[in-house]
Amino acid sequence: MIPAAFDYVRPGSLDEAVRALHEGGEDAKVLAGGQSLMPMLRMRLATPSLLVDCSRLGELRGVRDDGDAIVIGAGTPHHEVMHDALVRAHAPLIATVTATVADPAIRHRGTFGGSLAHADPAADLPTAALVLGAQFSIVGPGGRRTVAAADFFTDFFTTALAADEILESVRIPKLGDGWSFDYQKFNRTAQAWAIVGVAAAVRRSNGSIAEARVGLTNMGAGPLRASATEAALAGAGADGIAAAAEQAAQNTSPTSDLHAQADFRQHLARVLTRRAVTNAARF
Amino acid sequence: MHRISVTVNGTTREGEVEARTLLVHWLRDSLGLAGTPIGCDTSNCGACTVLMDGRSVKSCSVLAVQADGSEVTTIQGLANGEWHPVQKAFKECHALQCGYCTPGMITAAVDLLGENPDPTEEEIRHGLEGNLCRCTGYHNIVKAVELAAGEMREAAK
Repeated sequence: MIPAAFDYVRPGSLDEAVRALHEGGEDAKVLAGGQSLMPMLRMRLATPSLLVDCSRLGELRGVRDDGDAIVIGAGTPHHEVMHDALVRAHAPLIATVTATVADPAIRHRGTFGGSLAHADPAADLPTAALVLGAQFSIVGPGGRRTVAAADFFTDFFTTALAADEILESVRIPKLGDGWSFDYQKFNRTAQAWAIVGVAAAVRRSNGSIAEARVGLTNMGAGPLRASATEAALAGAGADGIAAAAEQAAQNTSPTSDLHAQADFRQHLARVLTRRAVTNAARF
Repeated sequence: MHRISVTVNGTTREGEVEARTLLVHWLRDSLGLAGTPIGCDTSNCGACTVLMDGRSVKSCSVLAVQADGSEVTTIQGLANGEWHPVQKAFKECHALQCGYCTPGMITAAVDLLGENPDPTEEEIRHGLEGNLCRCTGYHNIVKAVELAAGEMREAAK
């Protein structure tokens, strides 16, 4: 279908973009890579009055080293993120997860920040951001503010971003040596969204798990931490993983839809958690 | 209306477009480049894949106005006096039946081989994940990409 008509501006700077978005009012939207927005426009699920095209803003693009963290520009395309040397060295989970997003053509256009700001409950990157303790840098008419990943995702397709704010970059702390990672994504067909996904970050010490973080994709309105599993994994050896993973679906209320019933999603969360932690722990 | 200038298949093309005009509609309806088909409304099928500044994109998921200033290559711009090695290999391996997915499949394969000149079968299957074929079961498509990869590596020696 042809999208409903809208106005379009391509600001030359982030400041101009914020101004255009603010002046455009409630129905003005940011256009980044467009890989989620464009299908919504075509199906007329979204009918913005104005698109503010941020896809060429150099300020939003690239990855830089910031001492104890790396900073990923929100407008950096997935393809660049997954091949970036800093990402691969300091946040390899991001590279692993990004490689599972959609397909190559979509990863050429779609952006890291676009995926986070769109906040699809089935999206993979929000879970990785949550597990890694990412900090979101947001720019609006009033200036900059920072929001932790745990506070950024507020509901289905809803974030802490106000209508006139733009996600500028995401700061990802370097976890340092001793950590390893895995992402398990369950879907049924090529390029499909996760029915459930599980991200695991594990730090081993003296032959057992010293610390583990487990994040769940599509087990609620936004990404979740499997806190009970994380607690049970502290100090566990290889033989403790299965029992800890049994608690992965605690306090989750996933949706039932045509892909899966809620109880099947909870089953998947337990199975995928066992696999992801086992792979990450590398016993 | 927005004035755009895009290098399409090596030629500068200019036009006036509405903001909502999709790149694929501009290519087909304004430039007459109907070799790039539209297969779906959901960005899944990849039939409309073209190269934009050298990388594969789904032209149903890019606004024409966003292509302003860029270089676009469609299936109709791949041959250079003779067919592109991937086009030849698709013919050789009978990598199509109805042919509807073929322009996107070939364009995506050209991008894949540009990044990875010697892909494994698994890498080819993953690399073409964004392109759906409802006829062939993909088997001959994978064989064609393997054949083209070999031909292109030989030619580059």
